[in-house]
Amino acid sequence: MILSNVETVPGKQITNFFGVVSGSTVRAKHIGRDIMASFKNIVGGELKGYTELITEAREDAIARMVQEAESLGANAVVNIRFSTSSVAQGAAELFAYGTAVTVE
Amino acid sequence: MDPFVEMSVRLGIPLALLVVTYFIGTALERRHYASIRERESRWRNLPAITIRSIPSHWQVIECTLITGSVVISVDYFKRFLAGLRMIFGGRVKAYETLLDRARREALLRLKEDAVERGCQAVVNVRLETCRLANARKSQSIAGLEVLAFGTGVKLLNVP
Repeated sequence: MILSNVETVPGKQITNFFGVVSGSTVRAKHIGRDIMASFKNIVGGELKGYTELITEAREDAIARMVQEAESLGANAVVNIRFSTSSVAQGAAELFAYGTAVTVE
Repeated sequence: MDPFVEMSVRLGIPLALLVVTYFIGTALERRHYASIRERESRWRNLPAITIRSIPSHWQVIECTLITGSVVISVDYFKRFLAGLRMIFGGRVKAYETLLDRARREALLRLKEDAVERGCQAVVNVRLETCRLANARKSQSIAGLEVLAFGTGVKLLNVP
């Protein structure tokens, strides 16, 4: 599966469009991480626990998007966009979407 | 309790916290900036551009999605400064450096991811910022998340 966030796959030709595919995941941080992060919050700096959590969640969202594209018979997803939103206190939604295409 | 003792405890703890976080926060920020500058000069020759189309003279072999993200938070002292700033208005420098650090760090991680995957350039770089809410104290933020993403390309002729 080729992924790109430009309209085409560089160096290849799009032969077929399948429409929008998306993947999303809602993650909550567990309490231990939350407590550690609130300590870190006092002195500032990177909250590594959250960075890892969000990276994992985003990979999950991408995987779901890829799965959807595969089920449509596509071999690439172009023009990928991401959005993150905190749906509730302590939970974040990671959303990835793009256009499934076949390229040659 | 003696009212004098009570008051000094009430004032003393936040004041001590302000002083301590001022020193720790400043030291952490200085160290982070030093690391950012060092890595920025190391990856300077790797182009990460916001242009969508690939320059016509680049011969692309392969492309993949590249991401870099960071969650960063501001210290207690700076939050206090920003709170003061909200009264008078104007530039909130405390938050400006926070966002600056987060964006530059995210871009650096993007470049490091690109190098790891054997890409010589990244095109159509986009930056997205999201505020993460704190689970228990709803008014305060847990941190800021900055995501940098783009399309990494492997090139036949390295620019």
